[in-house]
Amino acid sequence: MVMRAAVLIQMWYRKYVARMEMRRRCTWNIFQSIEYAGEQDQIKLYNFLGYLMDHFTPSSSERNLICHIFRENEVCRDAEWERYFCYKNIEIPEVYSGPHLTFPLTASQAAGLVESFKNKQQLHSRYVLQLLLETWKLLRILPNINRVSTCHSKEISICGDLHGQLEDLLLIFYKNGMPSMEKPYVFNGDFVDRGKDSIEILLILFAFLLVYPSDVHLNRGNHEDHIVNLRYGFTKEVLGKYRVHGKRILKLLQKIFSWLPLATVIDHKVLVLHGGISDATDLSLLAKVDRHRYVSALRPPKKKPGSEDQLSMDSDMEDDSWISRVSAGTRRRASLTYMKPFASRNDFQHRSLQDFSRHIIRPLREEPKDRRRQAEFTLSSQDLLQCSSTDPDSCQPGDVNHEEWKQIVDLLWSDPMSQDGCIPNEVRGGGCYWGPDVTEQVLSKNHLQLLIRSHECKQEGYEFCHSRKVRPPASLHICEGSHETPQEDRQSAMGGWRWLELAVLTIFSASNYYEVGSNRGAYITLGPDLIPHLIQYQASSMTRELTLTQRVGWTEHSALKVVREQLFAHRSDLTGAFQEFDKENTGMISLNDWARAVEAVLHLGIPWRVLRSQLVPNAPDGMMNYRSWFRELAIKEPDTEHIHQALLETVYRHRSTLETIFRIVDTDHSGLISLEDFHQTWKLLSAYLKMEISDEAISNLAISIDANRDGCIDINEFMEAFRLVDKSRLETGNLFQRSTATASRQTHLHMTSLHLTNLHVSCLQHSSHVTKRYVTKLSVKSLWLTSTLHLKVIFHSSPHVVLYSMTREESFATASFALMCQLEKEPD
Amino acid sequence: MEEENKEAVISEIHRRIAEAFNVFDNESSKSVDVREVGTIIRSLGCFPSEAELHEMIAEVEEEEPTGYIRFEKFLPAMTKVLMERKFRPIPKDVLIQAFEVLDQEKKGYLEAEELKKYMTQEGEPFSQDEVEEMLSAALDNKENVIFYKDLVSKMTFEDL
Repeated sequence: MVMRAAVLIQMWYRKYVARMEMRRRCTWNIFQSIEYAGEQDQIKLYNFLGYLMDHFTPSSSERNLICHIFRENEVCRDAEWERYFCYKNIEIPEVYSGPHLTFPLTASQAAGLVESFKNKQQLHSRYVLQLLLETWKLLRILPNINRVSTCHSKEISICGDLHGQLEDLLLIFYKNGMPSMEKPYVFNGDFVDRGKDSIEILLILFAFLLVYPSDVHLNRGNHEDHIVNLRYGFTKEVLGKYRVHGKRILKLLQKIFSWLPLATVIDHKVLVLHGGISDATDLSLLAKVDRHRYVSALRPPKKKPGSEDQLSMDSDMEDDSWISRVSAGTRRRASLTYMKPFASRNDFQHRSLQDFSRHIIRPLREEPKDRRRQAEFTLSSQDLLQCSSTDPDSCQPGDVNHEEWKQIVDLLWSDPMSQDGCIPNEVRGGGCYWGPDVTEQVLSKNHLQLLIRSHECKQEGYEFCHSRKVRPPASLHICEGSHETPQEDRQSAMGGWRWLELAVLTIFSASNYYEVGSNRGAYITLGPDLIPHLIQYQASSMTRELTLTQRVGWTEHSALKVVREQLFAHRSDLTGAFQEFDKENTGMISLNDWARAVEAVLHLGIPWRVLRSQLVPNAPDGMMNYRSWFRELAIKEPDTEHIHQALLETVYRHRSTLETIFRIVDTDHSGLISLEDFHQTWKLLSAYLKMEISDEAISNLAISIDANRDGCIDINEFMEAFRLVDKSRLETGNLFQRSTATASRQTHLHMTSLHLTNLHVSCLQHSSHVTKRYVTKLSVKSLWLTSTLHLKVIFHSSPHVVLYSMTREESFATASFALMCQLEKEPD
Repeated sequence: MEEENKEAVISEIHRRIAEAFNVFDNESSKSVDVREVGTIIRSLGCFPSEAELHEMIAEVEEEEPTGYIRFEKFLPAMTKVLMERKFRPIPKDVLIQAFEVLDQEKKGYLEAEELKKYMTQEGEPFSQDEVEEMLSAALDNKENVIFYKDLVSKMTFEDL
């Protein structure tokens, strides 16, 4: 009897857990889709602009708008650069309370810098430029491939992607110690973008690099690239923090990024690089390239003289040998902004650069032939003529070597896959997917035993893959984000044999990357035995106490918000599709038909039926009212009645691309563009998206934004004006004016709907359990009342997170304290 | 007419199964890790016991187990399960009765230690992870006990 009861309970509980896991996985896939779609879009956009560059006459206005982003290989003499980046004239005002640096940098200064950033201080631009110049000088003498050894029983620590999340770096330093001669580090790329403290992370890493050049090693990541930075926030961050000198800082960083080493080899046995490898990876070739010529890994090499279309990753794909290697069928899930999945190689071809020619009145070019094999490119007199009239700097003989370029892109952009082989990485748009056979090939050819890479977010902060015989498994330490002592070692839950045979280790150091609670971060320590020890952490100690339900719920809410926005942004098309199923125009369709319609319109590869209950909450008897459903999606549009619906939907669907083009067009990085350039931006976008947009519609748009009629549009204001806002968030936000201790949880604080940035919190009285704290205007990461009435506030300032916690013992009924809260601007 | 309806039902079932399967098929290779199959089956609304699950896996595995389950084999087996409504959901009251069996003193709640003991020693035992996770979700912090009636309400989903 007892046994039966137990079995029943166990069955039920396991079902619940499985359901949760399904939801978590869906959410994860959505976030990952969005991330990769953005990367892919960026590459496509860049290629598109490159195409335009090559096919417009020199005097064309579009060319002028965008040519400056292609002026990478400018060759000036060092003296000229020194003058441009000169910091000596920059004065430090008396009121400056941030850190002061003297060069050569010392260890205590580097540690001091960490401390300052922890305290939210900002380094003055004079010191920034100085530090960057010193870094540039140092990087230029480093080889492409760092070679490191664990002699003298030194353990090496290896960190993955940080993505501007300073909290995580501070946590790593706290747990593992700062870099020093006894504590060498390898940082494996993607230091910047997405997080909000990218420049601070760079400054810390460079400072330690300058102090310990033999013990700190930096590998370049795909985000150490100014083109990618335009979209992913680093450019914006620098310009925001350094209004006067930001542009110079960015330019200097462009150079520094191009000089970052490509890989690190430890004890001749362990290869550490950011993205991955391909079947063509040749370490000896990579050791010899002029890596700094590849300022952006996205920069395709120059085309052949008088030839057809540009060499690019797209034209790569048309190569017959690629086509024969790939099986039909979607490789990975479809991207979230591109409507059609990559069904087959033919489809992919349609989206190549060649298609753009239809929108540009030019004679159609011939299809390029086998580009892949062509190595060198030589200038013809024709090309020289074309170049000299506009961009004397951008055409240099023997500029860029296609083979080399591909090697570098593969290193920075590739991802592993479980099947054998090597195929183009369509999802990201660059690099490839490589299989276990390629791992075996490259490792054995170079006498290596382990490949450590980053580039992909992993839920546990790390992941092994690709079978191969290696040493016994590592022990696993799990430590939470607090100053408590670590828990006991415990064996991983993975089965025994898989651990023994894995040759590729992905390490990702940005915890809570997609959302609070979404994933752990991890770093590796490697001793002379070359067995990787993994240490996990999560920057918010609160998450450890969240139950599975809460963690999943929180992250899911964010992911679903994005999905809802996409649904909203395709309202016209969706309504049309729904009506196909509703011939009698009753306004109702079945849930099955809803799923079919949404799938047909959006092509996002999202499991609509799995998510149905969250996306269509009101559906009695399996029927839903699609007209009211859009209202219930609870997305609030800005006041945009006078603007054409199709144009609006375009903005919602392609925000990121639009913003990127704005930033490209904004050549002086002022944040403002002229009305004329605004028009040009839209024309570019409409060509890129192959849409018709009337001049009149664009004019209306411009007028509605340029409220003060000064002929200029503020980019940030424009993007803000068209932000879709989660209605539920707005409503609860306003209610949260003053909450007393007696407030019960149903009044306003619904866990999943709060996302404040700044909060004034004051604790007016205290009970014996609570220390009186008075704090003002701290930047809040998240806040909620849990189901057990814990009020937890997570602030950015403290890596250990919980600043104020009220437990049930104090209880709302008896404690006498009040929270005065004031809302500030909604976050991004 | 009957035939048509049946066809429609089956094709809708196929779509549901395909969707759930694809969530775990990261590389669009039409196969998933065998360790995820339990999650997929359960998320489609079924309540198999561990034993039943292993049986099903054995049925859909390759002759020489590769560690992956292919969609081709999974689809027909799963369709059958859903059509026959095998592994039905457990009604709430039955579940509560099960808890009441364990709650010998009829207190209306279970002590943490009590539940832990049952879950790890009886039936198809939980692993350490599973029981800890359950306790963290189920425990009423103030009293350190589990009010199972509340728990059942909280953790029961609408069926698909």
